[in-house]
Amino acid sequence: MSADYKRITKDGIWDNNVVFSQLLALCPLLAVTGTATNGLGMGLASIAVMVAAGFAVALFRGIITPQVRIPVFILIIATLVTLVDMFMSAWLHDLHKVLGLFIPLIVTNCAILGRAETFSSRNGLLPSMTDGLMMGLGFTLALVALGAFREVLGSGTLFANAALLLGDAFSFMELTLIPEYRGFLLMILPPGGFIALGFILAAKRVIDRKLTERKGLAEADAPAAATG
Amino acid sequence: MSDVSEPSYRQRIGYQAGLLGGFATLAATLLVAGNLVTQGPIAENQRRDLIRSLERVIPAEIHDNQLLDAPLTVTGPAGQEMTVYRAIQGETVTGLAYKVAGNGYAGPIHIIMGVKRTGEVLGVRVLAHAETPGLGDKIEVERDDWILSFDGLRLGEPPESEWAVKKDGGRFDQFTGATITPRAVVNAVKDGLEFFEANKGQLLASEGGVEIERGD
Repeated sequence: MSADYKRITKDGIWDNNVVFSQLLALCPLLAVTGTATNGLGMGLASIAVMVAAGFAVALFRGIITPQVRIPVFILIIATLVTLVDMFMSAWLHDLHKVLGLFIPLIVTNCAILGRAETFSSRNGLLPSMTDGLMMGLGFTLALVALGAFREVLGSGTLFANAALLLGDAFSFMELTLIPEYRGFLLMILPPGGFIALGFILAAKRVIDRKLTERKGLAEADAPAAATG
Repeated sequence: MSDVSEPSYRQRIGYQAGLLGGFATLAATLLVAGNLVTQGPIAENQRRDLIRSLERVIPAEIHDNQLLDAPLTVTGPAGQEMTVYRAIQGETVTGLAYKVAGNGYAGPIHIIMGVKRTGEVLGVRVLAHAETPGLGDKIEVERDDWILSFDGLRLGEPPESEWAVKKDGGRFDQFTGATITPRAVVNAVKDGLEFFEANKGQLLASEGGVEIERGD
């Protein structure tokens, strides 16, 4: 099975993006994206789990039978998530206090199970890990985009508390875009997540259409329709 | 995966069961190892969190012991175990700190409060809550000074009937759009003070005349 890393990358980040195209993982997505920093933290944790899950599933794909594959995949993913949860609690304690509630939600991120099923169980170690990384990056992109959108409109800041996540060296990322902003509560609350997600999905469709038109291709909706 | 040339032993139920069992064992081993590695740092983090929140309700001037040393365990009003941390200066218990909980709009509001030997509130802080952002979260000291309005109060001052939010005829402000949250906090603090009043003999005793462990 020849691995086409360029294809994997493009699929993971844009064409077959977990959120924007597959519309998976909405539960953790909407829950944590009150700020861009929370989104980034959740994204990084998800990348770790997705790469490790890709590795483990591809490693054992030779001995796992189709009959028991689902419980085995879930066991692998749940173990990895629990380990990430413990490690974050031990060494990224402040961030864990913010995200702690949502880390177990990574298990329910059907995107990970989906990639294990459709990709890692059929491909070698390196392509599987690359796929996990790219899918994870795509998910992170979605988390940060949605988080930034909601944070700017809802609180007037961007990447608040980034130093908590990345260390003091990154405190330059913490911007107050709208000083003296009274806040727009709706965007921070769950309905704001749905509204923002709708706008972002629409924007992605528009961009895709523009790209396809430029290429002069007829089937404008092909990437989205094929996976939706 | 559904390879046609799959060896036949894989179709046996024993192989399937063994495979699941093997993965379960592997997962358990990894989790035990992870737990062993992380439990030390996690316990240390929790200890630091606890000290940090205790220091916010007990000023450093009134004690010379380690606040986490020798806490008392007392049965609370609802029959639950309450851990009471003591501030000790010399041999006198100068203050106490303990956690109380209020029934907020969206689940329990966990509060830590410090009380002086004389029964006055040293400080109240919210440790964890799930109240509505922008409305109920004014109980956090980072967002509003409201929680500081308890400082220096005691049972009887204000009188019992005024231990309520203004809407209920009391003296504490409620927030625009959020009455349940501050009401829950006021009630929790009042309950905490009543707990102090009911148990102060036991809580403030200098270890029953036995020599006191001095903090070093």
